[in-house]
Amino acid sequence: MKLFIKLTHMESIIQGKAYVLGKNIDTDQIIPAEHLVYSLSNPEEVKMYGKYALSGVPLEQGGLPEGGIPFVSEGAHTSPYSIIIAGPNFGCGSSREHAPFSLKVAGARAIIAESYARIFYRNCVDGGFVIPYETSQQLNKLILTGDELSIDMKNNTITNLTQNVTYQLRPLGSVVDIVQAGGIFEYARKNDLMAKSQA
Amino acid sequence: MAQTITQKIFARAANRKFVDVGESVWLNVDVLLTHDVCGPPTFDIFKQEFGPDAKVWNPEKVVVLPDHYIFTANEHAHRNIDLLRQFADEQSLPNYYDVGTDRYRGVCHVALAEEGFNIPGTVLFGTDSHTCTSGAFGMFGSGIGNTDAAFILGTGKLWEKVPESMKFTFEGRMPEYLTAKDLILQILGDIGTDGATYRAMEFDGEAVYSLSMDERMTLCNMAIEAGGMNGIIAVDAVTEAFVKARTTKPFEVFHSDPDASYHSMYRYNVEKLEPVVAQPHSPDNRATVRSVAGTPITKSYIGSCTGGKLTDFMLAAKILKGRKVAVTTNIVPATVLVASQLSTETYEGQTLRSIFEEAGCSIALPSCAACLGGPADTVGRSVDNDVVVSTTNRNFPGRMGSKFAGVYLASPLTAAASAVTGKLTDPRDFL
Repeated sequence: MKLFIKLTHMESIIQGKAYVLGKNIDTDQIIPAEHLVYSLSNPEEVKMYGKYALSGVPLEQGGLPEGGIPFVSEGAHTSPYSIIIAGPNFGCGSSREHAPFSLKVAGARAIIAESYARIFYRNCVDGGFVIPYETSQQLNKLILTGDELSIDMKNNTITNLTQNVTYQLRPLGSVVDIVQAGGIFEYARKNDLMAKSQA
Repeated sequence: MAQTITQKIFARAANRKFVDVGESVWLNVDVLLTHDVCGPPTFDIFKQEFGPDAKVWNPEKVVVLPDHYIFTANEHAHRNIDLLRQFADEQSLPNYYDVGTDRYRGVCHVALAEEGFNIPGTVLFGTDSHTCTSGAFGMFGSGIGNTDAAFILGTGKLWEKVPESMKFTFEGRMPEYLTAKDLILQILGDIGTDGATYRAMEFDGEAVYSLSMDERMTLCNMAIEAGGMNGIIAVDAVTEAFVKARTTKPFEVFHSDPDASYHSMYRYNVEKLEPVVAQPHSPDNRATVRSVAGTPITKSYIGSCTGGKLTDFMLAAKILKGRKVAVTTNIVPATVLVASQLSTETYEGQTLRSIFEEAGCSIALPSCAACLGGPADTVGRSVDNDVVVSTTNRNFPGRMGSKFAGVYLASPLTAAASAVTGKLTDPRDFL
């Protein structure tokens, strides 16, 4: 049985500024390994994940098409950009859940990429960090860093408010229920899976 | 209904006779592996979700092998080891391999094999993308994040989509200048870093079955570099002998049915393949070593779960014996056992350790070390514009430390030959 949660209007829209990247953004670029020593639960240490989010991306390849724009400015631990637009194979590389976690801490709410690496995708969904949407178009060639975007989760569309154009996104498919529940544990509790899986 | 080996292992773990490609099933997990980077956050989530006094589903099935940030002065890294120790203690975990004691082993994927945790037909999940290494033992091994790992800790189960399989058959006799690393880099160049996303990569053919377990582990280790869920090699006499020497646990052997269906099939004749590298900054940026020979390098690095096993060092010794290195060359044994074998195993009458010392290499203590950069004081970490030839498995920007450095992934033979000349060098020049 699929769990259907009715989204309210407020919950079904994600609005924010775009941060545009290229292809094969691996987890070492999302959060370089030297920073993985920090706690993911201590509130002070958690800020370090925001500070270093996407800090491994070579400078000229961050904030396309111009490049040279850091996701998080020097001295800050949150980003002015909340929607990441990227090419294929986003999140390839290591299994570190610190990667989607750091994006969330920095303030990202959704990613729109042509495709994802499996472990990163699972981590986004099961950990309830950021929503990983897929697109069949090369949106990272059409959207500019800084454009104001609005994602309509009910209709699976993204509107570029700056350029006044709307694109279709792939439906989240079978993971939509986990995304709406906010992660695998919330989903499992709602569906009584924790009790069943422990039986 | 015909099934692949991966489907059969899924079916066993789901208590089913048959599982279909694409369906999501709940798997009973045989072993959960974690280490010092992902263990502490996993344990946090476990306590948060199951309660502060919750107990793991089966202490025997949790294997904790600290290996990432071991020989560093970084305080946070030390704190993370303390957190592992504390959790292992309160949960009475028998399979915790504590740092600073004689139980310390080193790189988890290699230690799992040494300690007899790799058992054919079983399901292993680990909080490390290279958990696919264990597929060399005819089992399912795959990487997961902390949340999924915490779910397993509490329930012993995880949902997974049954993957489609891709088959890679290597025919012919392995030439002495070719290694498993060359085979997997060949595949990566052909299918790309997302060429196997969400799929199983099945390796087959007489050349694969002529390889040692070390080499089969190298092949499966890099399935993740193509995005694969798992890499897998069916069990043969070599696997059985290795496993039976390390565990008395019974196991089930599965083979793909001859009429099982595949997403795609690739065939290679190893006698026609050449030594290759993956150029910066992607594991699929393949070039033959000959075509890039002469490119100056600043470091050579021989280590990691992919390239720091006994077989890797035997290969490197073939070239380094009686020669001197021209650039900084780090020898990083994956485990304590491999480190000790450097002193006992010989090539042409000389121990590997003495061959490497005479050649001018630095031999480090066993850990993941600079494969993934690590804290600033990590041995072999790349700095500035270093150009590194490395037997590790990943070379995206910044992977070994400096994001201005370039890393060429190569076999131990190519890394050793290049260390001697200070330039990328085809090992055939020395063999």
